[in-house]
Formats: sequence, C-alpha cells, structure tokens
Amino acid sequence: MPGPVATIIWYLGTAFELAFVVCSIGRNSFFRYFFLNLYFVLAILSSVGRNVVLRSYGWTSDEYCYVYFYTDALLTLGLYVALISLYSKVFGELRFSKYVRTFAVLLLLGTAAFSYAVVAQSTERLSTGFAYELSQNLYFVGLVLTYILWGAILKLGETRTRLVQIVLSLGLYFSAYAASYALVTLAEKYSVVHFLGPLVSCLLPLAWTITMWRHTEEARLVPARLVAVPR
Amino acid sequence: MMPALILAVSLVTLLMFFVSYCRSLMAASSRHTLSAEVRDVTGIKTLPSARDFVKVMQLLALCPEHPEDRAGLRAVSLYYDILNMAQTTIARVVPALSSWMEHERAGCAGFAVVALDRRIAFNREALLREGEF
Repeated sequence: MPGPVATIIWYLGTAFELAFVVCSIGRNSFFRYFFLNLYFVLAILSSVGRNVVLRSYGWTSDEYCYVYFYTDALLTLGLYVALISLYSKVFGELRFSKYVRTFAVLLLLGTAAFSYAVVAQSTERLSTGFAYELSQNLYFVGLVLTYILWGAILKLGETRTRLVQIVLSLGLYFSAYAASYALVTLAEKYSVVHFLGPLVSCLLPLAWTITMWRHTEEARLVPARLVAVPR
Repeated sequence: MMPALILAVSLVTLLMFFVSYCRSLMAASSRHTLSAEVRDVTGIKTLPSARDFVKVMQLLALCPEHPEDRAGLRAVSLYYDILNMAQTTIARVVPALSSWMEHERAGCAGFAVVALDRRIAFNREALLREGEF
C-alpha cells in the first residue's frame, strides 16, 4: 500500500481536479474548456479505478500494474488532446484549426510509432513497457508543444487572461514534472524526490482552478506586459 | 548524463514559465485604478517603486486574508525574492540587468498594492453586510 504522505497527495490531487470541474460548471465554462474538463474527469475516474484495484488486488499485483500504466497513458493522451484544444483556441481566429488537428494526429502517431520501436526490442512486458514509453515521450512532446504555443501567444499578442494563464500553468507543470522525473533518476535513494512528481501533479488543477475562479472569459491583459524584455 | 541534461533544460524552462506566469498575474491587475484610500495608507502618489513592496506586504499582513489572492501573492513574493537575490549577484556582474530588475520589482509592488486595495474593498463590503443584519 502507498504510505500516508503519498495517499494524502493522491487524495489532494483528486480534490483539486474535482474543484476545477465544479468551478468550470459554476462559471458556465464547462463546454468552452471541454477538453480540459474531460482530462480532469478522466483523472478522477482513473483515481477511483486505481483505488478499487489497489484495494482488491494489492500494491504489488500485476492487475494494479496494468491499470496504473494504462490509465497513466490514457491521461497523458487526454492532456495532449487538452493541449491541442488550447492550440485550436489560439489559432482558431486565424482559421488554422484544421491544420492544427492534422498536425496533432500525425505527431501523436509518430510518437506512438517511436515508442513502439523502442520497446519492440524487448519481449518482456511489452504492453506495459509501451504504455510507459508512450507516456514519457508524450510528456516530452507536450513540453515542446507548450513552449511553441507560448511563443505563438507572445507573437500573436494574445490578450485573453484565462487562456494565457492556463497555457503558462501547463508550461510550469510540464517543466516541473520533467525536472522531478530527472531528479528521481539522479537521486533515487532519497525518498523525498519520489513525492515531487505527484505533488507537481496537484499544482496543475490548483492553478487552473484559481484561473477559472478569478478571471472571467472577458478578462483581458496588456500583451506588451507579458514580454520579459521590452522591445 | 541524460537525466542531468533533462534536469538542466527543465529547470531553465521552469524558470522561464514562472517569470512569464508572474508577469501575467501582474499584467492582469495592471488595469486596476487604485482608490484614494489605499494611496493614503501606502503613501504611493503615482506609481509604486520597488522598495514599496516590503511595506505593502506588511500592510497586507495586517488585513484579514482574502482566499482569492493568496496563491497569486505567494507566487509574486517568490518572484520578488528571486529578483532580489539576482540583483545582489547577477546584476553586479551584468549592470545592464539592474534597471530591468528594478522595473520588475516595481511591477511586483504594483501587484501587491492592487491586492491590498481589493482586500480593503472586500473587507469593507463584508463589514457593511454584517452591519445590515
């Protein structure tokens, strides 16, 4: 069974995810940010599913291992779709949405093919290996795509406060998650680093909930103030 | 080697996104017009300067907390601390950065003043509502 700290972080993350969905409904923005909400609904259902399997089969069982890695891959896919929906919002007015969707599907297929090629060499645990590899590679692709999206937001002079803060929170999340992943590999013997990833995962729904709660869809900011070095 | 590289790159992007996030928080509150009351309390006549931040934070600590601005204030306070640290280290080596940092710290002070103004208004409204009952 996971320890008390890990359990608290898990429940806290689920509570924040639920808070975002409730806040979106309360602010009449559920369908406007449908894919972000879908991601959190999937995350809540995954938490419930993992909890049920954990209680039925135990922490070290094969069943829990499969459920964990496959729900993780599904959630990463959900986050990828949420990120592409943000691309569609930013490029929507330029009528690039169709090209964005085509590019996203091609990139996803390419990432899946690359992940398969990496794990295909080992026959042992091919299925969970693929789910794990796909998750890791999609996280990397997500970080790069968020960086590009932020560049586009600055270039296009995006003014929608909610959209800007949602993209920045996502960038913070991907960067912090990648850092925590690298730290786990570098300093595996320190137990504290194992809590960093789940803690970072709590911050994304929290930051998005605050954005959703504080700003209306009509809120605008001065784009020039976003540029760190004035031109 | 690879994890160390990932760590270095992710820390750089983390810092970049953090700076941008704080700037977006400050930009979101930049259109707020300060009330005469908060100008009197803080002694800020036109625009807040970098040094006003500490004073405004002390005043904020005296005001009952407003849950909506707590997370934003923490993020901007951390940004101000990072800028302070950079001012005493990097800016000494690269003096050109000094004025930019001063400008950023003034932005942090501006965000804190707006938060103070909103807190005062929120608490005044709460007191008025209590008075009605």
